[in-house]
Amino acid sequence: MRERLRSRRTRIGLLALAVLIVAGSVAGAVAASRSAVTTSTQFVAGTPENGAPVRLDTTLYLPASTPAPAILLSQGFGGDKTELDGEARTFAAHGYVVLTYSARGFGRSGGLIHFAAPRYEVHDAELLVDYLARRPEVQRVAGRPQIAAAGASYGGGLSLLLAAADPRISAVAADITWNDLTHAFFPNAVGSGPGVFKKVWIGQLFANAFAPGASVSCGRFAPDVCAAYQASARTGRPTPALLAMLRRASPAHVLDRISAPTLLTQGENDSLFPLSEADANARGIAAHGTPVRVVWRPGGHDDPSTGASTAVSAAIEWFDAVFAGRVSRTQPFRYTEAEGVVSAATGDAAAQTLQADAYPGIAGAPRPTSTVTVAGPSQDVAAPAGGVPAAITDIPGFGGISSRVGSALTALPSAFGQTAYFASQPLASSLAIAGQPTVRIVVTPHTTRDVTLFAALRDLAPDGAATLPAQLVAPIRLTGLTPGQPDTVTVRLPSIVRNVLAGHRLVLTVTTTDSGYQLPADAREYTVALPGGAAQLSVPVSTGTPVSAGHPVAWLIVAAAVCLLIGGAVAFVIVRRRRVLRPIPELADVPVLISSLTKEYAGGYRAVDDVSFRVEHGQVVGLLGPNGAGKTTTLRVLVGLITPTSGQVYVFGQPVLPGAAVLARLGAFIEGPGFLPHLTGRENLRLYWAATGRPFEEAEFQTALDIAGLGASIDRRVRTYSHGMRQRLGIAQAMLGLPEVLVLDEPTNGLDPPQIAEMREVLRRYAQTGRTVVVSSHLLAEVEQTCTHVVVMHKGRLVAAGSVPEIAGAGGMQLAVDDVDKAQQVLAAAGIGAEAVPARRALEDVFLDLVGDTE
Amino acid sequence: MSERELSGTAATRRGVHDRLAALGPGRAPSFDPGRTLRLGVEFARQLRRRRTQVVFGLLLILPLIIAIAFQVGGGAGSDAPQLVGLATSGGFNFVLFTEFASVGFLLVVVVALFCGDTVASEANWSSLRYLLAQPVPRSRLLRQKLIVSGALSVAVNVLLPVWAFVVGGLFFGWSPARSPIGGSFASGASSERLIIIVAYICGQLLVVASLAFLLSVSVDNPLGAVGGSVMLVVVSNILDQITALDPYRKFLPTHFNYAWVDTLSSPIRWDDMIRGTGLALVYAAVFLGYAWLRFDRKDVTS
Repeated sequence: MRERLRSRRTRIGLLALAVLIVAGSVAGAVAASRSAVTTSTQFVAGTPENGAPVRLDTTLYLPASTPAPAILLSQGFGGDKTELDGEARTFAAHGYVVLTYSARGFGRSGGLIHFAAPRYEVHDAELLVDYLARRPEVQRVAGRPQIAAAGASYGGGLSLLLAAADPRISAVAADITWNDLTHAFFPNAVGSGPGVFKKVWIGQLFANAFAPGASVSCGRFAPDVCAAYQASARTGRPTPALLAMLRRASPAHVLDRISAPTLLTQGENDSLFPLSEADANARGIAAHGTPVRVVWRPGGHDDPSTGASTAVSAAIEWFDAVFAGRVSRTQPFRYTEAEGVVSAATGDAAAQTLQADAYPGIAGAPRPTSTVTVAGPSQDVAAPAGGVPAAITDIPGFGGISSRVGSALTALPSAFGQTAYFASQPLASSLAIAGQPTVRIVVTPHTTRDVTLFAALRDLAPDGAATLPAQLVAPIRLTGLTPGQPDTVTVRLPSIVRNVLAGHRLVLTVTTTDSGYQLPADAREYTVALPGGAAQLSVPVSTGTPVSAGHPVAWLIVAAAVCLLIGGAVAFVIVRRRRVLRPIPELADVPVLISSLTKEYAGGYRAVDDVSFRVEHGQVVGLLGPNGAGKTTTLRVLVGLITPTSGQVYVFGQPVLPGAAVLARLGAFIEGPGFLPHLTGRENLRLYWAATGRPFEEAEFQTALDIAGLGASIDRRVRTYSHGMRQRLGIAQAMLGLPEVLVLDEPTNGLDPPQIAEMREVLRRYAQTGRTVVVSSHLLAEVEQTCTHVVVMHKGRLVAAGSVPEIAGAGGMQLAVDDVDKAQQVLAAAGIGAEAVPARRALEDVFLDLVGDTE
Repeated sequence: MSERELSGTAATRRGVHDRLAALGPGRAPSFDPGRTLRLGVEFARQLRRRRTQVVFGLLLILPLIIAIAFQVGGGAGSDAPQLVGLATSGGFNFVLFTEFASVGFLLVVVVALFCGDTVASEANWSSLRYLLAQPVPRSRLLRQKLIVSGALSVAVNVLLPVWAFVVGGLFFGWSPARSPIGGSFASGASSERLIIIVAYICGQLLVVASLAFLLSVSVDNPLGAVGGSVMLVVVSNILDQITALDPYRKFLPTHFNYAWVDTLSSPIRWDDMIRGTGLALVYAAVFLGYAWLRFDRKDVTS
C-alpha cells in the first residue's frame, strides 16, 4: 500500500484531486452567494397626489436566512430602482432584507418629483417603512422592527430626512449627499449667504427628470418646483420660493431629530456635494449625542467610476455594528489619499486609505493645522463680459476624465488677466493636507458693488506642473461693497486630501471666471491682494495613518520560525538516517564485502536479491551475468548512489552510505561516462579531480591520460568525442589517483579489439600492485580472460562465486587435443569411444548450467 | 615496437604498463569531505557554460534595446502607466522601468534557469553520479550548487539595474528618480531605494529559485525543472487575477512580487514588502527543505 501511494501516478492523481477540490469550493462559494438571494417585485401605495393614488415600484430582496434586519435603499436623482440591483444583492448576500424602490416621479412609480419634500418623498419612505415593518421576514427586537435607511446622493439625503422624520429607523448610511441644498446650489466660500449659482451641475441635475410623455418644459417635476427652479436659473439668484423649497429638502434643519447612528460617506472628488456638506451633517448629528462615522471615499459626483463599492462595504460594516449594538460615540475616521501610493499592479499612482482615531472635522479644533505663508503683490484682474472665455476646472460628472486629460486642465489657469497668483516658498518638508484650508484676502471692486471670484489652492511642482487637487474651486460672492473700497475676507478653500511633496509650492489662485458657474454678464475689474502683501494659509493636516501600512512583523516572525522549524526538522531527519551502521574494524583489510544485499524498486521489482560476496586485495573480480542480472545495481549500491532495501556493503570495513568518506578509496566507472560536454577532456579530468578537493599530486594525471590514450583529442570538447573516446576517458577518470579499489561497469563497451586487449593488460597489472578491480560484464570471454575471480549473477540472485578455475572446474574436466583425428584413432585403439564436438569454453558451460538451474 | 606504432593500434602505451608495474601498493588517500566541490570549482563548471554566457549577454543587450526603442519611438504613449511614461526622464527612472518590465517574467526565467538547471543538467550529463561517488556528500553538493546558482541569480539581479542605470543615464541623463505620484528623490535617496528594490526582488525570486532547485533534484531533465518553476509563476499570476479568491490570494507566491514599487511612496511603505518577504521565506524553506530531504535519500539512477 505504501509503495502504491508513493508511485508517481498516484501522486499526480492526488494533486489533481486537491486542485479540483479547491476550484470546486471556490466556485461553490461564489455560486452560493449568488443563488441564496430571492427577489419579489410589487407596487406599494405611496402618498396620494392631487387626490389620485400613487403607486411606488419596489423590489424586495430576501437573504438566505430570515428574519433579518432590513434596509430601505433609495435611488439617486435620475434613473430608477434597477440601478440599485447590484448594491441590494450585496447587502442581501450579507444577510439583510433589502427594499429598493423607484422614487416618485421616476421609473414606473407614479406621482411627480417634489425634490425630497417631507410631504411627498419623505412620506413615501415612511409608508415603505410601514410596509417593511409588516413583513414577517424583517427581524424585530423587543417588538421593534430593525430597519435601516441607505442611499447615495438623492437617496442619501432622503435617508437622512427619513431618519429625522421616522423614529423607527435604527441606522442610516448616507453616501455623497447634501447638508444644505442652498449651500450646494449657491455655494459661497465667504460668509453664509447664497453664493454663486452652480449652473452647469444644477442644470444637468434638473434635466435628469425629463422623460418621454411628461411635460416638455418641466419633465416629471411638480409645477411649483419647476417654476421656482426656472425663475432662479434665469437670474442666477435664488427666488424666495426656491429657497423655501431647498430649505425643506435640507437635512441641515432637522439633524437634531436624528437619533439613529449615522454613517456619512462623502466623495473627495465631488464638486456638487463637497466634503463640507458631510462635515456639516456630521457636526449637526453628533451635537445631539448620536454616534456618527465619517468616511471620505474615492470618487464622488465628479468621478462616479470609483468609490461606490467602498461606500457599500462601509455601510455593511456600519449596519453590522449598529444591529449588533457595537457602536460607541467615538468613531474612527477613514479617508483616501487619491495619489498616495504607486500601484504595484500597474505602476500608476493609486489611492491609499488612511485612518484616524476620531473624526477631526474639515477645519478648526480639534483639527490640527499648519500654516504656510503665501505672498504676492496686489494684482488687478478682469472678468470678461458675458463670462467668456472662462477658466475650465471641471466638467460635471466627468471629473475622473478631466483629471486624466492632464495638462490642459491641471496647468495654472492661463486666460490673460483673469487670475491673481500668490505662491509660497518651496516647502521644506512634505505637507499632508486633509481638510479645508483658509486664507484671508483683500478684494477691491473697481466699479461694482458686488464681487464674484473663484479661489483655489494648487500644487506647483518644481518642473512647473500645477495640479488642482480634485479639480475643486471655492466660489466667492460678496455683495454690498463700495466701489474702490477694499474688503478683507476669510476664504474657505475647497476641502481636499493631498500630500504636497517637499520642494513643491502652494499657489493660491483667485480667478474671475469658472465655466461651471453663473458669471456676471457685465465686464468688471477687481484688485486682489493679500493683507500686507503676505498671508498665512491655515492648512488642516492629515491625522491618519495608512490603514494597510505599518510593519506586519508577525509575518517575518512566523516566516523565521517556519524556516528554523523546517531547517531543524530536515537536519534532524538527515542526521538520524546516518546513524544506521557501524564500521567493522576486523574488515579494515577487506576491500569489498557485500552482505545479503537486496534492492527492491518501487513496484516490487527486485533488481538484486540477497547477494553476498567478498573481494580481497589483488583480485580482479568479474561480475558476470546477462543484461538485467543486477550487476549495475550492485555496483551503484557499492559506490553509494543507491540505498539498498536491506543488506550492507562494507568497503575496508566502513559501511557504504551516500557520501561516505571511504568512497574516496574507490574509483568508479558506472554505466557509461558522464562529462560536461562544453569542456575538453583535459578540463573535465582536471575539474573532476579539483572537485574531490584532494592534492593535485595525488591525481597521477599522466598515467590517467596515457590510459585514455586520446592523444591530441584530449584538448577537444567532449561533445565532439566518439562513444569509444568517451568510454576511455571515463575509465581514465575512474583511475585518477590510482584508487585502491577500481569499479568498472562494462568497461569494454565500444572499444575495439586491440583496445580491449590493452585494457585487459592494464587491469591485470593494476591488480598486481595489490589494488583491487571489480569489473562487470555480460561477456564470458571477457571475464574469463581478465579476471582472477568471478561472481555469477542471474535475475538479481548470486548463482556462483569463486576463482575462475574453481568455477570453471565445477563443470567437469575437458581435454583439448592438437590432432583430433589422431587422438580418436589412439582412443579407439585403447577401446575408448570418442566423438568430436565443437569447442566450448569452460566458463560458458558452467554459466549456462548455472543459469539454467535457476530458470 | 616503437611508441608511435603502439599508439596507432592500442589505446594505451607501453610506458603505462611499466609505470603501473612500478607502482607501490595503494594507500588510503587524504580526503576531506569539507574540501569537495569547492565554490571556485563549481563556478568554473557553471561560468564556462554557454547558457550562462548567453544569459549575461542578453541582459547586457536588453537595456540598450529598450533605450534605443524609446529614443527612436519618442518615449511611451500618453496612456501608458506613469511608471512607464517616466522611463525616459533619467537613469533612475529607466532602471525602475526596466525592473518593472523584467520582474514578471524575464528575471523569473533566468533565476529558474540557473537554479533549475544546476543539478538536473548534471543528471542529464551523467556527471552527477561521478560527483556523488567521489564522494561529494549530498548535502554539501546541494549547498555548493545552491550557493553558486544563487550567486549567479543575484549577479543578474544586480547587473541588470546597474547596467540599466548606466545605459539610462547615457541616453536620458542622470536626473534623480521621479515618482509616479509626483515629486522626485535626491540622488542619495534614489540609490537607497534602488538598493531596497533590488534586495526585495532578490527575496521574491527566492520562491522561484527554491522551487526550481527542488524540481532540479527531482527530475533528470533540466527543461522540466526550469519549465516547471516558470509554470508555477504563470499559474500563480493567473490565480492572482481572480479576486473571488480574495482572503487567500495574498498567500499566492507571486502576490507581492511588485510590492517594491512601495519604495516610491514617501515615506516608504514597508507593509507589503514585509509580507512578501515573509511569504517568500516560508515558500523557500518548504521547497528547499523538501529538496534536501528528497535528495539525501534519492536513488541516483541517471
